Amino acid sequence: MKQKLRILISKPGLDGHDRGAKYIARALKDAGYEVIYTGIRQSPEAIAKTAIQEDVDFVGLSLLSGAHNELFPEVVRTIREAGGNNIVIFGGGVIPEDDIADLQKNGISAIFTTGTPVQTVIDFIENQREQISH
Amino acid sequence: MIPLAEDVLAGQTRAIARAISRVENGHPDKEALIDALYPHGGTSLILGLTGPPGSGKSSLLDLLIDKERSAGKSIAVIAVDPTSPFSGGAILGDRLRMQKHATDDHVFIRSMASRGHLGGVAGATSDAIKVLDAAGFDIIIIETIGVGQTEIDIVELSDIVMLVLVPGLGDEIQALKAGVMEIGDIFIVNKSDRDDADKVKAHIEYVLNFKYMEKPDQKNPIVMTSAVKQDGINTLRDTIQTYYQTILNNGMLEQKRKQRIKAEIKNLITAKIKSKVEAFLHDQGSIEAMVDGLYEKKRSPYAIINEKLNRFLQEKQSI
Ligand SMILES: Nc1nc2c(ncn2[C@@H]2O[C@H](COP(=O)(O)OP(=O)(O)OP(=O)(O)O)[C@@H](O)[C@H]2O)c(=O)[nH]1
Ligand SMILES: [Mg+2]
Repeated sequence: MKQKLRILISKPGLDGHDRGAKYIARALKDAGYEVIYTGIRQSPEAIAKTAIQEDVDFVGLSLLSGAHNELFPEVVRTIREAGGNNIVIFGGGVIPEDDIADLQKNGISAIFTTGTPVQTVIDFIENQREQISH
Repeated sequence: MIPLAEDVLAGQTRAIARAISRVENGHPDKEALIDALYPHGGTSLILGLTGPPGSGKSSLLDLLIDKERSAGKSIAVIAVDPTSPFSGGAILGDRLRMQKHATDDHVFIRSMASRGHLGGVAGATSDAIKVLDAAGFDIIIIETIGVGQTEIDIVELSDIVMLVLVPGLGDEIQALKAGVMEIGDIFIVNKSDRDDADKVKAHIEYVLNFKYMEKPDQKNPIVMTSAVKQDGINTLRDTIQTYYQTILNNGMLEQKRKQRIKAEIKNLITAKIKSKVEAFLHDQGSIEAMVDGLYEKKRSPYAIINEKLNRFLQEKQSI
């Protein structure tokens, strides 16, 4: 039997629009993953500690406010510091193409801009499956 | 001792989380891990929180954590949500209501999917409790799936079961008749800010008066709460404390815990034998041969089954 993958979906930052985050959470559930949703306005520390306690394989960050260049790398750093070295972190939301390369350099494995088909996210997750061990 | 067990005993969050995953995933080290941890447990108070969907279990839990933290207690929560039978996935949403405790190092919250297990909890819940108990949390609280009437497993897992009921469930009496009342040690009427909360309380009292007609001193406590107005939470905490002292002193706690161990022995042995038998039956298509023999009426059911069972017992000298 295939290992059940656990995914944390979280919204750092101050924007309160969680439709996108909830949509992706539901879609990933329908794809067979166990999805934990933290809700909006999460601090990097709260996201990191949640990721560790829930022992997730992936953390998906959703952000519409434009603060991704600061917040995404900070979340990555906080998760690594908390000991989540193998957690794969991806991001989504309104993110300009120009910012993507820098975010990837800072530990965000993939960025899915608004309108990306869910299947693309699922394919990404499945491609990482090999690296995940418990 | 395996290193992970040592880290759990030292109270390391990451190790505790990882140990629970191993238990959930049936990791090869699972049994060694639990066996190493088990002698260190027995110090946590284990509370079950059950009740219909949306009755306010997670909201109450959030507030109860506040109170216990103010009293200096450490708390672990296991919040169970259902796995979709169609996709195998799950949305684990209870945590959302307790998320303000995420950065508190003395609160550990773990969401758990039922993974096909019936009874309101997951198959791994009982071993996860052992992990948390060994890690030394003062209180462990299990929030069940809100399914209504079948979350009986929680009775076997916890020292004290709290059953949350709310106004507007439709036919209250029906719910009370159906045996739900059997599973609560403490009854919580939540959403007391709503009309008819008093009526729900009166219904419960009515049923309890009947049940304990001969021994009214044993009647279960009923607590009225409102999670939105943060009403009744102190009373709830006091009620839990008092109930705990009572069952500790009158021997009920010991009896319950022994009952739990007994049930678990039976469950585990049955589950192990079942999986061995399954494997044996499907080994080299041997069940198919039995099917054919019976279908063609060449054999008779009990003869063939006893014969097979004897062969199983002969071949399996040990696990
Ligand atoms: N009016 C009122 N609403 C409440 C109260 N407690 C909870 N709610 C609301 O009831 C809804 C469900 O609350 P939850 O705490 O998620 O209930 P739950 O029992 O954990 O739900 P499930 O885990 O999905 O079964 C939310 O919208 C809460 O705001 C209360 O005391 N009064
Ligand atoms: Mg809940």
